[in-house]
Amino acid sequence: MSKLRFIDAAVITQAVADLCVDANICIGADMYAALKTAHGAELSQLAKSALQDLLQNADIAQKEKLALCQDTGMAVVFISIGDTVHVQGNIEDAVNEGVRQGYHKGYFRSSVVSDPIKRTNTQDNTPAVIYYDFLQGDTLKITVAPKGFGSENMSALKMLMPSDGIEGVEEFVVQTVKAAGANPCPPIVVGVGVGGTMEKAALLAKQALLRDIGTPHPNPFWAEFELRTLSRINALGIGAAGFGGKTTALGVHVLPYPTHIAGLPVAVNIGCHATRHKTKEI
Amino acid sequence: MDTIKIKSPVSNADIAKLRAGDKVLLSGVLYTARDAAHKRIADLMRDNKPLPLDLTGQTVYYAGPCPAPPDKAIGSCGPTTSSRMDVYAGGLIQKGIFRVMIGKGDRNGAVIDAIQQHNGLYLAAIGGAGALISLCVKKAEIAAFADLGAEAIYKLTVQDMPLIVAADCKGGNLYELQ
Repeated sequence: MSKLRFIDAAVITQAVADLCVDANICIGADMYAALKTAHGAELSQLAKSALQDLLQNADIAQKEKLALCQDTGMAVVFISIGDTVHVQGNIEDAVNEGVRQGYHKGYFRSSVVSDPIKRTNTQDNTPAVIYYDFLQGDTLKITVAPKGFGSENMSALKMLMPSDGIEGVEEFVVQTVKAAGANPCPPIVVGVGVGGTMEKAALLAKQALLRDIGTPHPNPFWAEFELRTLSRINALGIGAAGFGGKTTALGVHVLPYPTHIAGLPVAVNIGCHATRHKTKEI
Repeated sequence: MDTIKIKSPVSNADIAKLRAGDKVLLSGVLYTARDAAHKRIADLMRDNKPLPLDLTGQTVYYAGPCPAPPDKAIGSCGPTTSSRMDVYAGGLIQKGIFRVMIGKGDRNGAVIDAIQQHNGLYLAAIGGAGALISLCVKKAEIAAFADLGAEAIYKLTVQDMPLIVAADCKGGNLYELQ
């Protein structure tokens, strides 16, 4: 057995805090480039000016150290733990303390309520939504993806029938984006999870949003599905800010997974024009 | 494309001339209110209790801003999804409160009808441009419901806030023009 590597939980807290600040202020280089391309291609005056505003917004956020969006989201945190890593301390507490510190330091909005019905604000944006998985080796990888609810609310899941096939999946994705209209702050990123069980499909859809924009799925069948669906979505004409125009989505990202003989779960998770996520390896 | 400069509170003359798709730069006073503040206002009105401030004729901005960093009037301050306030908007417009609304995304038929019947106006801000919009805010103070934090009613003084007319008093709707 390889030698264990010990990582103090305080190191995780610091990394999560830094990632919360970075993700909320600095747009990903891939997203910025995609917005620029969309701006160059746009013919509608209103949509072109909206794309210009979104690019300028990203510049201002970075320069003035302001959050890209007032909805600094619920912090979704993915922790991948190397199999020879041992964390000293409580990982969940460490992550939540990182969120608490990062949101305070960045002057970010506290958007989390402690009970979904009673709705009392926790005042520090905790708790985060945390997912764990395992890697080979001695590193620990942390991704923070603050998720705003303008786009989260427009997401949807449906248990299709196997006979619905790829056409059924495509139709459900397109109809979900159509119903979302201007609400998720287009141009959007469309994360699609296909297969697994109900909750697996939803998690895949979320994870699909973490892929660099414009990177196709490695399997040609799914890469073609992504392109075909993207072109149907952009033909909807919702456009930037919902003001009409060519670019409603910057990308469609699919993650398929084996499923049951009786089922075809499909989840669509919509990401906004910034689709914020930052990763750090320790 | 021409940009029309208007003042808030918005005059009846300005409301009458604006049409869906017009580009506007708005200056003046706005009041933020979103889900929780609307619920409180609706509950007070249902119980025939007075509101904490007179909002008649005022403009509402559906927004819950980030806290102000030390050197700024306010933090990031973009629009939230307006349709969540549709359930309250019709009743308020009828009473002359928040007849001019700023948010993002389409409204339901009842709100579009109320805008037409009561000489209202719905303006769209650029969803996701919170940092850019925050620079238009020159002054921000809590006006009511301080305990709601980001969901409190803030009185904002804005200068040249970029907006698009989304629904006008003649029934025009930007989101249906597409």
